[in-house]
Amino acid sequence: MTTAALATNGRATVSLAKRGLRQALRRPQFLAPLVIFPSLMLAANTGGAGRATELPGFPEVHGFLDFELAGAMMQSTMLAGVSGGIALALDFEIGFIDRLFAAPVSRYSIIAGRVGATSVLGVMTGIWFLAGGLVFGAQIQAGVPGAMVILALVWLAAAAFALLASALAIAASKASVVQGIFPIVFVIMFLSTAFFPLNLLLEPAKTVANVNPLSWIADGMRGPIIGELELGTVAKAVAGIAIVAAIGFALTGLTLRRRMRTG
Amino acid sequence: MSTQVQVVPASTAGAMIWSLMKRGLNEVLRVPGAAVPGMLAPTIFLLGLTAVFGNIKELPGYPTDSFISFMVPVSYLQAAGFSGAATGVNLARDIELGWFDRLMVLPVPRWALLAGTILSASLRVLLPFSLLTIVALIFGAQWPGVGGIVVAFTIGMIFAAIMACWTVSLALIFKTQSAAPLMQAGTFILVLFTAAYAPLELLAGWLHDVAVINPVNHVLTAVRQGFIGGITWGDTWPGLVVLLGMLVGFAAIAVNQLLKFGK
Repeated sequence: MTTAALATNGRATVSLAKRGLRQALRRPQFLAPLVIFPSLMLAANTGGAGRATELPGFPEVHGFLDFELAGAMMQSTMLAGVSGGIALALDFEIGFIDRLFAAPVSRYSIIAGRVGATSVLGVMTGIWFLAGGLVFGAQIQAGVPGAMVILALVWLAAAAFALLASALAIAASKASVVQGIFPIVFVIMFLSTAFFPLNLLLEPAKTVANVNPLSWIADGMRGPIIGELELGTVAKAVAGIAIVAAIGFALTGLTLRRRMRTG
Repeated sequence: MSTQVQVVPASTAGAMIWSLMKRGLNEVLRVPGAAVPGMLAPTIFLLGLTAVFGNIKELPGYPTDSFISFMVPVSYLQAAGFSGAATGVNLARDIELGWFDRLMVLPVPRWALLAGTILSASLRVLLPFSLLTIVALIFGAQWPGVGGIVVAFTIGMIFAAIMACWTVSLALIFKTQSAAPLMQAGTFILVLFTAAYAPLELLAGWLHDVAVINPVNHVLTAVRQGFIGGITWGDTWPGLVVLLGMLVGFAAIAVNQLLKFGK
């Protein structure tokens, strides 16, 4: 690809990302699931199960809110991915993407625009939860560098989840189908260490959580909040995100090619 | 010139309520995709929250050694909330499509237009209730006895009607399906900001205070009693009083919004 073509594709991606971001900020039905529900669940979990920190085997933490913040950010990030997928499917429904496909830009740059918008939304929700957590008494043990690492992980994770949801949106081209995976998001979340330490989960969730890449991502986001910044934990989180992104990328490529073939 | 007031026979209003109720129930069969999430979501939450927070039953003062028994009633109320939210979203869709405007010119009392829709929510919720009961019993919940089930289902059905009144009011105010997150958030707050995860004395300070003044906590206690002990009048009547009050209040709000509709 020439430099000029790269610049053209880059401009298309940035324009579509800006459009996606504006769209999300204008429509409450896209933004609410990312912010309202994880916040409410965070409040309910923290208030309802807060005494769990007294259980034998619970890691040393400043408070249960500190422990749960990573879960809320994970939930919000995954829902951001699904919302991005829904928005992309809506664009297919109204024929917008098909018109873009006729333009002389890479099809991947079109999808990248939506993924970019979702990753920015992810960072915004990450800031929301970190700021909210601090306001309500949580502490980020690793300080500002730790917070920056968390936001970077949230950014990457949101992009990876958006890629996965984009594959589904391209394959189905129907918002209702993409919307249907909302319950699956919760199943995957509950089968990870997003909300509770691994050693205190009940079987079979414990076994599944042990091999679930989302547990690595959640532990990576949680690490700097409840302890020092550890390279190993962050690396595991990046590996978890890379697995999700690789699957998302492969499926997006596959579904895009199939769509081009079959129309 | 005198204005002639046409008195609509009660049978006409009854027929309208019956028809709208049947229409609401028909949607379960005709649009199963819309009904399935309402059935699955509370079940996923029940199993997920049990797998994640199940060990908090080990805390001193927890009233049962079966966390799933403690959580089933919460899931019933969540299911009632989902059923109510679906009713509001369906009405918002009818308003968007102009179908509701046609209903408004019919010579029937306005309250009758709402009654059928709201009653359908009460009946539709029996589907998730049945699924939840079966799944909970399979995963080891305590059998509450026929009396416990009757009390739980009856109270749950009335709660679904109350939630339907709330969501219908929002649908009449906003006239768009985009209000769906607001409909669900209201239910979420009412149900989860109670002694949902743990008894009052084990809740965090702020949630304890909120749960004490949250009337739905009495409803939850009434639904829960059979699952963690025996049915007593003392645990039942406060729930019934709250239900009656909420039903009258929310129904009045819904009818008031309907009277303002289109003006």
